[in-house]
Amino acid sequence: MTLETLLHDFALSPAWYFTAGRGLLVIIILMSIAAYSVLLERKASAWIQGRIGPNRTNHPLIAWIPGIGTLLMKGGFIQPAADGLKFLFKEDPLPGHVRKVYYILAPIIALAPALVTLTMLPFGEFSYEGQKHIITLCPGADVGVLFMFAISSLGVYGIAIGGWAANSKFPFLGAVRGSAQLISYELAMGLSVLTVFLATASPNENNPLSLVAIVNSQTGAWNILYHPVAALIFLIAIFAETNRHPFDMPESETDLVGGFHTEYGAFKFGLFFVAEYGHMIIGSSLFILMFLGGWHVLPWLPTVGSGAVASLLGVAAFFVKLAFFLFFFVWVRWTIPRFRYDQVMRIGWRVLLPVAILNLLAYFAWYALRG
Amino acid sequence: MAIKIVERRPLSLAERTYLPQILAGLKVTWDNMVRPPVTLQYPDERPTIPQNYRGVPTLVRDPNGREKCVSCQLCEFVCPPKAIRITPGSIPENAENAHVEKAPQEFEINMLRCIYCGLCQEVCPEEAIWLQTQYSMTGTSRDQMVNNKARLYELGGTLPDSHHKWDKKKAEAEKQAGGHH
Repeated sequence: MTLETLLHDFALSPAWYFTAGRGLLVIIILMSIAAYSVLLERKASAWIQGRIGPNRTNHPLIAWIPGIGTLLMKGGFIQPAADGLKFLFKEDPLPGHVRKVYYILAPIIALAPALVTLTMLPFGEFSYEGQKHIITLCPGADVGVLFMFAISSLGVYGIAIGGWAANSKFPFLGAVRGSAQLISYELAMGLSVLTVFLATASPNENNPLSLVAIVNSQTGAWNILYHPVAALIFLIAIFAETNRHPFDMPESETDLVGGFHTEYGAFKFGLFFVAEYGHMIIGSSLFILMFLGGWHVLPWLPTVGSGAVASLLGVAAFFVKLAFFLFFFVWVRWTIPRFRYDQVMRIGWRVLLPVAILNLLAYFAWYALRG
Repeated sequence: MAIKIVERRPLSLAERTYLPQILAGLKVTWDNMVRPPVTLQYPDERPTIPQNYRGVPTLVRDPNGREKCVSCQLCEFVCPPKAIRITPGSIPENAENAHVEKAPQEFEINMLRCIYCGLCQEVCPEEAIWLQTQYSMTGTSRDQMVNNKARLYELGGTLPDSHHKWDKKKAEAEKQAGGHH
């Protein structure tokens, strides 16, 4: 069995064990990337603040390995496991004053869209017997960007329901802010990416909103060079959509205690936490696919090597870009202070939306004049 | 009073988008990140304590090994949180330091009460009690947090002074006594 056939079978085979394997992979990938994003967040925050960050957690079995054991401890690589287990084994409190059904439902609703969207995410391609296939966790469903936007936006229901179900002031305010912010930035986000699809869509394309088609159109220059304004608006919007600083409205520790998850603890809080990182992963992935060439290694250098090696390097390129983006979220967090609620609304409605519309009109005009 | 009117320059378009400022901010945080951390990993690494640090109060001996405290109890009286308890005692007539007349029989400083104010050191006429460089006092019981006389001398060590006040007094007294003869 060659590497090519193995890749092919794993990515496309309908056999139950491959399907189950792919399903398991979604959860493992999301959970481990989320866990290590937390580590990255803690480490990068520490570095920016002149600290060292988590470097004490270790397990006797790992500490026993000479050299590597200490290295893993200094890097904090055991910390995510400790954090996750802590969430898992803590007493799971159910406060008396909450709306119980919705209180339990909210973290699940927050996490589910992240998991669903992740299954549809293309992150590489490979050829098998002369045919090109896409590496994604749910093969054969090139549903395109519309589905991504539709499902990932459902994540805010987790925040809204959680904030409401908690039945106290601060979570409720957080939930309201979260919903308002999502609505405000979704518009600018959708309008900004239209220019990209305008550029790639052609009459003979049967799926004009396909992410794969967009990635394939970026073998030369990446879209960020052709659509800088759209890329900027989309970047700002994904910060707002994922509720990351400086758009940390629903959580805002300083004024809302913990925002929508104030009343949550233990594993339910953990689920919210993973969902936030899941949305960061999806937002960054969309940006990478649409503006940064997806699994293409460098502009004007789409592939390195050939065959299965090339496709694996492509997947690696995608994950390197993803890692940079996850770091970028943290980097921005310690650079820009949180906006006030009215500033968030002003930026969304009075700046980003008009700029996105003008940008779209400009590209319309350009394509119309060019014919 | 001269009034200086500061002209408020209208913001340029680039400044109003905040983007150059954000990029500059990103550079600031990046520079901070590549700088080595300032963390001192405390139990493994210890800070360097300056010699004039005012840590745990201790009792000192003079270079001849004589305990400097003469049990005048000024420190006990001045101590704001009443952390010091002295049991005065006399020096036996046949001892080498008999001319000093008094020494503490027991000297206790309760470190659970001590506020490290340094008044004991300031008030001491004999320069016998010193706040020194020890900064970390730990114990697993209340008793362990009370420094007794033996412990205080163990922590304090010797003060390298050259006054030898009591020896000079003794010599002077002997000379005067000799003059009468």
